[in-house]
Amino acid sequence: MTRGQKIEEKIFKMLMAFATFFILAILAIIIYSIFEKGIRSISWEMLTQIPQGGYYYGKGGGILNAILGSLALASGATMLAFVIGMPVALYLNVFLIRHKKVIDIFRFLLDLVWGIPSIVYGAFGFSLMIFFGLQTSLLAGILTVTLFILPIMIRSMDEILRTVPIGLQEAAYSLGSNKSEIAFKIFTRQSFSGIITAVLLSFGRGIGDAAAVLFTAGYTDHLPNGLLEPVATLPLSIFFQLSSPVPEVQNRAYASALVLTLIILIVSLFSRGVGKRYHKTKINF
Amino acid sequence: MYLLNRKQRHAVNYTWMIISLLLVAFLPFLLFVGLYIKSVLLIHDYSLVDLIFSKTWKPASGQFGFYPFIVGSIWVTLIAMLITAPICLLTAIYVTQYTKKYILRIMHPAIDILAGLPSVVYGLWGILVIVPFISRYLGPWLDIKTMGYSILAASFVLSIMIIPFVLNILIEIFRAIPMELKEAALSLGATQWQTIKHVLVKKALPGIIAAFGFGLARAFGETMAVLMVVGNVVRLPKSVFDPGYTLPALIANNYGEMLSIPKYDAALMFAALLLLAVSLFFNLVMHFFIVRFNKY
Repeated sequence: MTRGQKIEEKIFKMLMAFATFFILAILAIIIYSIFEKGIRSISWEMLTQIPQGGYYYGKGGGILNAILGSLALASGATMLAFVIGMPVALYLNVFLIRHKKVIDIFRFLLDLVWGIPSIVYGAFGFSLMIFFGLQTSLLAGILTVTLFILPIMIRSMDEILRTVPIGLQEAAYSLGSNKSEIAFKIFTRQSFSGIITAVLLSFGRGIGDAAAVLFTAGYTDHLPNGLLEPVATLPLSIFFQLSSPVPEVQNRAYASALVLTLIILIVSLFSRGVGKRYHKTKINF
Repeated sequence: MYLLNRKQRHAVNYTWMIISLLLVAFLPFLLFVGLYIKSVLLIHDYSLVDLIFSKTWKPASGQFGFYPFIVGSIWVTLIAMLITAPICLLTAIYVTQYTKKYILRIMHPAIDILAGLPSVVYGLWGILVIVPFISRYLGPWLDIKTMGYSILAASFVLSIMIIPFVLNILIEIFRAIPMELKEAALSLGATQWQTIKHVLVKKALPGIIAAFGFGLARAFGETMAVLMVVGNVVRLPKSVFDPGYTLPALIANNYGEMLSIPKYDAALMFAALLLLAVSLFFNLVMHFFIVRFNKY
């Protein structure tokens, strides 16, 4: 090996270490700047009150409407996506297990849908809404976000379900189970932790997305009190408060961003913890 | 104990599965048809070439030229990719080939958190950190007058946003390369770097291209973060320090007034249709690169 080659390897190794460090550093900077700005302006009042008159000019109130609205919207959408998504993931892995080509086509289709930007779902949701004569409402928001997180939900469940060994399926068949029993009783138990992770992942995506709800969920200063009423969401409240020229309102945007980041971090921490815990019903091979 | 007997339960479950499956399978077509029907009014009155290459955007007088937005989107996306690509490639090689296992164990949660952060939070971070950095330090240092809200700011925020996405695919790709290939090269006397350069990267090339392509598609459709830092000025940008406008930002910014001006809603839906087409096209092409990578 010549000297030049040695130096080349050294330089590239340094660059690689630098790139890796860069990614970790950027993450640290992002988290730090959100926390540093947010903690200064967060208060108990912000978390427990709805906006009062003149809130957007710096008067009192909080973002409880947006926090509750986001939670309601994201949980509704996650539930709906779960009800539609889980059977699809199970169908692919139990019923179509002998048809590799068909599974591949479906996985490909889901990946395609996963790649579609959320603003497109927003626009589509909006045109659906007009078509059905709906107003901007919690329901319209839930439906749009459901479409958006559906591929995420199915693909991440699918990744877990495909690791279930074929032997387990064969054993269940030999005991006389039919296909849907294998799907709903065996596969769901064997991959329970993975399914929870998929649900939490989708929830995180659903609560953080703004573009899909921009058209469909509307915005309101009141607490959500019905499926057909408009509802405030955290990402949009951050966005609106940030575009205000009043410094106090901008500070509240930082605090709201901190709340949203915390929710996301807790959800992601939780989903890591769940993966380690629920092993009781799992058969190890 | 059960309301239904086994056969009936099977029937219920089966129908539930099939209905859901059909819904999901038709989703991309539904999206396409839905948006097409909404934008057909515009496509009917103007030619497609006119819409895409005309430079004037005056919805009030019926002029819909998407060119500035398309150019803005392409600039932002390409520059973001130029920043992301080398960083991700170097990192992926480093964590899969050089470092000990525990680095990968640190990287995985870091990637997950980066991927999970909402786009508004990225946008906020861009306003707090990147925009002031460009207007106060980078601009004056290069003797360029800039507001900070610019193509460059958007590209930088965007490049960070797609890092987790591209990096995840790249790590998967490098881990999928069989060990024997590496061992064969090493046993012939190649150094580790030579092995990486001439064997691993060559083998992974279709996969690497696919990862970058998926990243591009993702970046092209990103809305909120870009909207918050790109400046939103309808003009062809002359340099990266100029403000610009992107297609997703156009849709997001104008939804409020779109019902008050004729054909405006059709124009916005057409923009969404364009985004959908670009996203589907990119993902389709990149999928074939992945298939190629898996084949050899």
